[in-house]
Amino acid sequence: MSLEPQSLASRTAAAVDAEPWMAIAFLAASVVGVAAFVTVLGLVLIYAERKIAAHFQCRVGPYRVGPHGTLQAVADAIKLLLKEDVVPAGADRLLHILAPVLSFAGMVLCIVALPLGPHAQVVDLDIGVLYVAAVAGLGVIGILLGGWSSHNKWSLLGAMRAGAQIISYELSAMLALLVAVLFSGTLQLSGIVLAQQEGWWIWRAHGAGVVAFALFVVAGTAEINRTPFDLAEGESELTAGFHTEYSGLRFAFFFLAEFLNLFVVAAMVTTLFLGGWMPLHIGQWAAWNAAMDLLPPGLWFAGKAAAVVFLLMWFRWTFPRLRVDQLMRLEWKVLLPIGFANLFFAAGLVVSGWYFFPTDAAPTAPLPAPAGWPSDGAAP
Amino acid sequence: MTAPAPTTLRARLDATPWASPLGTQEYFVNMGPQHPSTHGVLRLVLKLDGETVREVVPVLGYIHRGIEKICEHSNYRQLVHLTDRMDYLSALANNWAVTRVVEKAAGLETNGRIEAIRTLVTELQRIHSHQLWWGVFGMDLGAFTPFFYGFRDREILTDVFERTIGGRLTLNYIQPGGVMHDIHPEFVRDVKAFMAVFRPRLDEYEALLSENVIVQERLRGVGVLSAADAVALGATGPVLRASGVAHDLRKAEPYGLYGQVQFDVPIGSRGDCWDRYAVRMCEMRQSLRIVDQLIDHIPEGKHFLVKPAAKIKVQPGVWYSHLETARGVLGAMLVSTGGEAPYRVHLRTPNFNNLWTVTAMAPGGRVGDLVAILSSLDLVVPDIDR
Repeated sequence: MSLEPQSLASRTAAAVDAEPWMAIAFLAASVVGVAAFVTVLGLVLIYAERKIAAHFQCRVGPYRVGPHGTLQAVADAIKLLLKEDVVPAGADRLLHILAPVLSFAGMVLCIVALPLGPHAQVVDLDIGVLYVAAVAGLGVIGILLGGWSSHNKWSLLGAMRAGAQIISYELSAMLALLVAVLFSGTLQLSGIVLAQQEGWWIWRAHGAGVVAFALFVVAGTAEINRTPFDLAEGESELTAGFHTEYSGLRFAFFFLAEFLNLFVVAAMVTTLFLGGWMPLHIGQWAAWNAAMDLLPPGLWFAGKAAAVVFLLMWFRWTFPRLRVDQLMRLEWKVLLPIGFANLFFAAGLVVSGWYFFPTDAAPTAPLPAPAGWPSDGAAP
Repeated sequence: MTAPAPTTLRARLDATPWASPLGTQEYFVNMGPQHPSTHGVLRLVLKLDGETVREVVPVLGYIHRGIEKICEHSNYRQLVHLTDRMDYLSALANNWAVTRVVEKAAGLETNGRIEAIRTLVTELQRIHSHQLWWGVFGMDLGAFTPFFYGFRDREILTDVFERTIGGRLTLNYIQPGGVMHDIHPEFVRDVKAFMAVFRPRLDEYEALLSENVIVQERLRGVGVLSAADAVALGATGPVLRASGVAHDLRKAEPYGLYGQVQFDVPIGSRGDCWDRYAVRMCEMRQSLRIVDQLIDHIPEGKHFLVKPAAKIKVQPGVWYSHLETARGVLGAMLVSTGGEAPYRVHLRTPNFNNLWTVTAMAPGGRVGDLVAILSSLDLVVPDIDR
């Protein structure tokens, strides 16, 4: 099997003239695939969180519905579907209904760009990193609108906290992402994975990778509002924060978006610092690399993403919550300076080529001119 | 001529002058009567400026059951049974407080076994209560796991109580003239087994919460209560001791067998949330120490010295007695005009006074601080309203 990445969108585009039926099939596969993936992954993550939390807390967790409670998440989903969907009196009806959809849409838009395997990517954008960082921001609009439109002061407090928090931590997350972008020399997510053919950035980058990894895990946890940064919900402080007034299906959308955002962060960490679907290759050690290739790339990706998800769940069930001013202090006075210093350090490493198995192609070679542009690079 | 004192809650909150440097508006939020962090039907009206708390006004009465009034229609034996429902986490100490004042008034005798059992079970319940507080404290700070750890270990002790007493929460055990049942034959073994399990678990508690940097950040320097304020507001128990006042009735006016055992009274130095946390953690270890000294030395004897059918009669007069529950000083005052029922009963409950310290501590802090402060006071709301 070739490891040359090929996204579903590019296959559709390639087939559209010669085999229109194949193009339609690829298109349908993308849509159905994403919908099924989002649903199943949501259920798996909810089950995993409940089970893992239970075992951290000396209990067994869901056990009655299905073998070992595996169908509990399905039962929960059915319950939420059947529940009355209340829009509080005095709420801004349109925004109240729109908010969870926005949160959910932001998450799905992220997922379509993620390379889950060499052939399991819906759209492989040239600016994948930028795109994911940008559409992830849709989530915060959903949260802000949800809190604002609920006509509840606790919700509003939660929404304002979330707004300040997510926007601040996006800076650190971007600075951490840029380190991997610098080393890979591309913003394309599949390109970043391919650039880790000789080793993952977390260990190949002489410290800069580890620091960026840690920064991104912290900032990512904050971006998806999980403990210790779950101030937007802050159950003991704000009852349920921005989604206090949500029930039924609309609550389910927020809930699902929250869980799948967890996957998005884990997938980004995996792609940028842990080699994505790339097996654990070390330089040119052919025998070792061949042994590692025995496991299919999809499994590598799933394993790494699951490990990061577990790490984030471990955080959640161990740490208490920060206070709102401490949260801001951590970002602006600690993480951001570290992020900038790390970025400059990484830039130095890339320029000097002083990291494991440096590739001479990426940073110094001139960028290829976009298709249709004259070869001297000037705009037409 | 000064303006008349504002009477309504609204007027009172509006009357507090405040000029915001940012030109922001203040707003009111009702924290409770349904709110996860008030641990019961307590309502706090908050005046907020963004996230900053400007004023807190507690509003009471949501769970007032008129316990003191009902006491006027009960005979001296029946008084005890209602006290379980005040501070339900220290039911035994409540029983004992009322029992002591009745025994004092009626001149009832006890023996060494009764006093030893009372001291033991009350001290075990102090641990029991602090275990629950520790779990809930973690949860209020945003960490769910401590809650389950606390309840897991609390369950062992609840089972110990159940074996001897029959009840698990409203224990109803200490009576004028003795204790309801003699201890279970396995009581001593069970308690020793509990202590063997709980000692390492206490270290685990410290590792999970006390040593966590976020916990320390959240607690240190937050909700500072000066010793003068604590005394002026009538705070007692760990809240008072955390402010540096070494007042513990177990030491100051020893009752039961507290005069015969060795233990230390932990005190704080700054009176912040961290000190209140640390004082309770130390108290659990001290309680274990007390239980350790008593458990092998329960004297032989009868566990109940008053005939079950005998009516307790009290001469006319006023009696007062108090003791140290897990939350502070519980005082019981009895006014008798003779006969089988008291004329008036007043219970001075620790949570009522401790609650009021929040009005001194919370202003200037954040909403998150308010939750930490409330939790560090370890309030039990039915004890506030009675």
